[in-house]
Amino acid sequence: MSLTRQDVEKIAHLARLSITEQDMPVYVSSLSSIVDFVAELARAETGGVTPMAHPLDGQIARLRADEVTESDHREKYQINAPAVAAGLYVVPRVIE
Amino acid sequence: MSNWEVVIGLEIHAQLATKSKIFSGSATAYGAPPNTQADLVDLAYPGVLPVLNARVIEMAVKFGLAIDATVARRSVFARKNYFYPDLPKGYQISQYELPVVARGSLEVMLEDGSVKTVGITRAHLEEDAGKSLHEGLANATGIDLNRAGTPLLEIVSEPDMRSAKEAVAYMKKIHTLVRYLEICDGNMQEGSFRCDANVSVRPKGQEKFGTRAEIKNLNSFRFVEKAIQYEVARQVELIESGGKVVQETRLYDSDKDETRSMRSKEEANDYRYFPDPDLLPVEIDEAFIESVRATLPELPDQKAARFAHDFALSAYDAGVLSASRELGAYFEAVIAALSASHAKLAANWVMGELSSALNRDSVDIENSKVDPEALSGLLKRIVDETISGKIAKEVFEAMWSEGSAADAIIETRGLRQITDSSAIEGVIDAVIAANPKQLADYRSGKDKLFGFFVGQVMKATGGKANPAQLNELLKTKLGGGGNA
Amino acid sequence: MHNLFIGELADRLAKRQISSVELTRHFLSRIERLNPALNAFITLTAERALLDAAAADARLAAGEKGPLLGIPLIHKDIFCTDGVKTSCGSRMLDNFVAPYDATVVARLKEAGTVMLGKSNMDEFAMGSSNETSYYGPVKNPWDTTKVPGGSSGGSAAATAARLAPFATGTDTGGSIRQPAALTGVTGFKPTYGRVSRYGMIAFASSLDQAGLFARSAGDAAAVLQVMAGFDPRDSTSVDVPVPDYSKTLGKPLKGLKIGLLREFFEGLEPRNAALIEEALNIYTGLGAETREVSLPHLPLSVPTYYVVAPAECSSNLSRFDGVRFGYRCADPKDLMDLYKRSRGEGFGAEVKRRIMTGTYVLSAGYFDAYYLKAQKARRMITDDFRAAFEKVDLVIGPTTPTPAFDIGAKMNDPVLMYLNDIYTIGANLAGLPGVSLPCGLIDGLPMGLQLIGPHFAEAKLLNAAHQYQQATDWHTHAPRGYE
Repeated sequence: MSLTRQDVEKIAHLARLSITEQDMPVYVSSLSSIVDFVAELARAETGGVTPMAHPLDGQIARLRADEVTESDHREKYQINAPAVAAGLYVVPRVIE
Repeated sequence: MSNWEVVIGLEIHAQLATKSKIFSGSATAYGAPPNTQADLVDLAYPGVLPVLNARVIEMAVKFGLAIDATVARRSVFARKNYFYPDLPKGYQISQYELPVVARGSLEVMLEDGSVKTVGITRAHLEEDAGKSLHEGLANATGIDLNRAGTPLLEIVSEPDMRSAKEAVAYMKKIHTLVRYLEICDGNMQEGSFRCDANVSVRPKGQEKFGTRAEIKNLNSFRFVEKAIQYEVARQVELIESGGKVVQETRLYDSDKDETRSMRSKEEANDYRYFPDPDLLPVEIDEAFIESVRATLPELPDQKAARFAHDFALSAYDAGVLSASRELGAYFEAVIAALSASHAKLAANWVMGELSSALNRDSVDIENSKVDPEALSGLLKRIVDETISGKIAKEVFEAMWSEGSAADAIIETRGLRQITDSSAIEGVIDAVIAANPKQLADYRSGKDKLFGFFVGQVMKATGGKANPAQLNELLKTKLGGGGNA
Repeated sequence: MHNLFIGELADRLAKRQISSVELTRHFLSRIERLNPALNAFITLTAERALLDAAAADARLAAGEKGPLLGIPLIHKDIFCTDGVKTSCGSRMLDNFVAPYDATVVARLKEAGTVMLGKSNMDEFAMGSSNETSYYGPVKNPWDTTKVPGGSSGGSAAATAARLAPFATGTDTGGSIRQPAALTGVTGFKPTYGRVSRYGMIAFASSLDQAGLFARSAGDAAAVLQVMAGFDPRDSTSVDVPVPDYSKTLGKPLKGLKIGLLREFFEGLEPRNAALIEEALNIYTGLGAETREVSLPHLPLSVPTYYVVAPAECSSNLSRFDGVRFGYRCADPKDLMDLYKRSRGEGFGAEVKRRIMTGTYVLSAGYFDAYYLKAQKARRMITDDFRAAFEKVDLVIGPTTPTPAFDIGAKMNDPVLMYLNDIYTIGANLAGLPGVSLPCGLIDGLPMGLQLIGPHFAEAKLLNAAHQYQQATDWHTHAPRGYE
């Protein structure tokens, strides 16, 4: 198994995902097999090749003019909000 | 303390003064009701995409040119991944490997008049996060995303500063510069200009840097200075008592004047940077750089040098007068109306009376109640000896509160200086006659009494006797005595 | 009516032989009757559809013409539709009503289409069988014990079952082409950047592309015409003019050079190979020339994809945190609990697996070995394709290794599931356009042939697809009970 339970717990924490006790072994085994599978890449010869982040080479950023194009739609957008108070999105207390 | 060396680097976040956000068309104006300037892109709704604001590139390049930095011909946006409620996407679009501005430097004048070159490692673009509000919410926090997506230029200095004062001087210089360039309004109360300080200490002579602590979100020059001072003392004491400095993030509490470790907001965060696939690389060509260069205003150092040279001002005075474009412009307007030969007089008044009045009434120079033409009108009356420097201060106060011109006030209040010798002589004669004892004492060697006679004549003339003439005539009339 | 092609329907609508409302009612009643066995829909928008149809009829009555005016469609539930639930097949968005239209939705709306509903899909587009949906698996109309493919399983199944003339889909690793092959319909994936991604819930940003399912290349051309085009709201959208796709459909194929991808044919299952052979004979009969080409780095494409796509999705899905929209767990005790349980409960297993894979490959210490390596492999694969396209105009091969498999057969082995994408993934990595066409049956189940072209070769692909469909009739076969 290429990943230990500890590895998976660490990753789940970084990704903010709760995994139940029951499911943990399944995740450890399936993630291990996925990691083993993609590890084939590590063995490939990629020499001096430049990494490719976008499929269309040579495309460059298009810039937009500095104009205000959006207006206040708070009512509409907060319809989907789980918890709102005085226009603010409410979450459990964040301690600095 | 003397066997320790302090090492400080500053990361300054300057909010760029664009109309719209860096990746969305929402307004950036300060003070709007919560979440009324947060569109779908800012709220990180499913399916939305960022589109880059052209003006932020222009502003970043402008800054790069002003600090003689290399402007990247190719620059990439990267995602910095972490979870926090004021970061809607769960990542911040920032720059990692290819920032828009690379190594530059800035010359900073220190208090003792010496000049230090501070290196700037890089300056990169990124988006600001929203705000967390705790008041009025029991056991909860309210998130306002109006600020989310506002463009920031993060300016990272080399760890070149060796004292809190140096750090403040550098920070002030950057503050002046970004305002000169009109890329940031520098309003620290509103959060447009924020500073994180990286502080460490090492034994004098040691090359290796000590472990540093980062103090976040300092939003005034004073707090930066005090926070660094506290932190240095804390670290020295810790090491000297056998402890080790931990690399961590700390907050400065201005009420208690101390720094405190932040609760694990990040706990050795792994940001998992990778190039943002939604944004393509930015290419900046020579033509663009040159077009931006052409829009550079006279920079603070250039203006200070010119003032020092053209107006024979000290480096210090020239520095003060060029601290903002508006102040420099005011000063030059006064000189234009007055003449360059009285530059020192103008400098003293702008740095002195005018600045005091502006500070006292919390007024910006653009809203000064005495404009450059009016001030030069007043200064002309000093130059042509219509009034003395002392009376001029009284006139200035009246100009400031009433808004009238110098001449009108001088007339109305009858403040003209008395320059008629025979008139002054008359008063001197009267004062001498009225004070025979002091006359005798003076003539027998009590030189200090000269001041007494000056005072009496001034009192009798309501302060209007021309001081130089008074001195000369009095010397003659008193005669005898020692040197007056 | 449901076997007519879009051109034919448009013609009858224009001539006022049928109305859009009638047409819409026809499909709605088919859906009511036939969908329960397929589970192809997450949301039906019957009322809205009839209103849209009435509006289209008004436009038609006023003399307006348009190739899609009054034509019903289905949108994959990955596209944001203003005022309509948009779930992306996930519990995380089960309560989410989109406040805006995706650009693709807006363009099709403007063209006068009528939305019948939102189709079922693998959760967050992650899957090759439409079995990971929160709303239950979609069944293949050809055999309801089999999968329709994924992630756009609902759109594929609905098109095959003639529940609408066409449906939109998205293709990140084959999610249009693979289900199209398994359900016997024409599935088209355009060049990356050809169609706007704005409003399309992101899975893997550098791979995702919107496309469509239809029953002929001619229909695909008409739909792509409306979907394609530059969008200033999508920075990866390409500002290249959209040609008239329908105009060049009938161009003779004489001289067309078709490449047989050696790596596709190695180890190909004999019956699958036979179907492709037959297709090749059709093509040479039509005047095309075939030759062998090789993409030596193609075998790296599946591991490359399963590093790049999870990496990007792990970041794209971070916005689902229970704060501003979507699923929030009950009684969160603190912020960490809010995040972990909202996400842990809101996302299904495959999504969590991919998020964790992505988090892992981007994390400190592993970035170079996995992510950076994958980006390099991606360039090598792309360069291989570019070299091949210097010698040939299009590349041909199978779309899938096998016909539709049993529901539940591969759910326990993610890697086995991933290997379903072996023929389709290369095109996504290189951003190339591709189409899957029905080309025969194995054990009574449809199989597809795949054509891949260089960037912006949509017209050429549609032309080659159309000519094949003129010479064959596989694309007209309907599953039994859905004719």
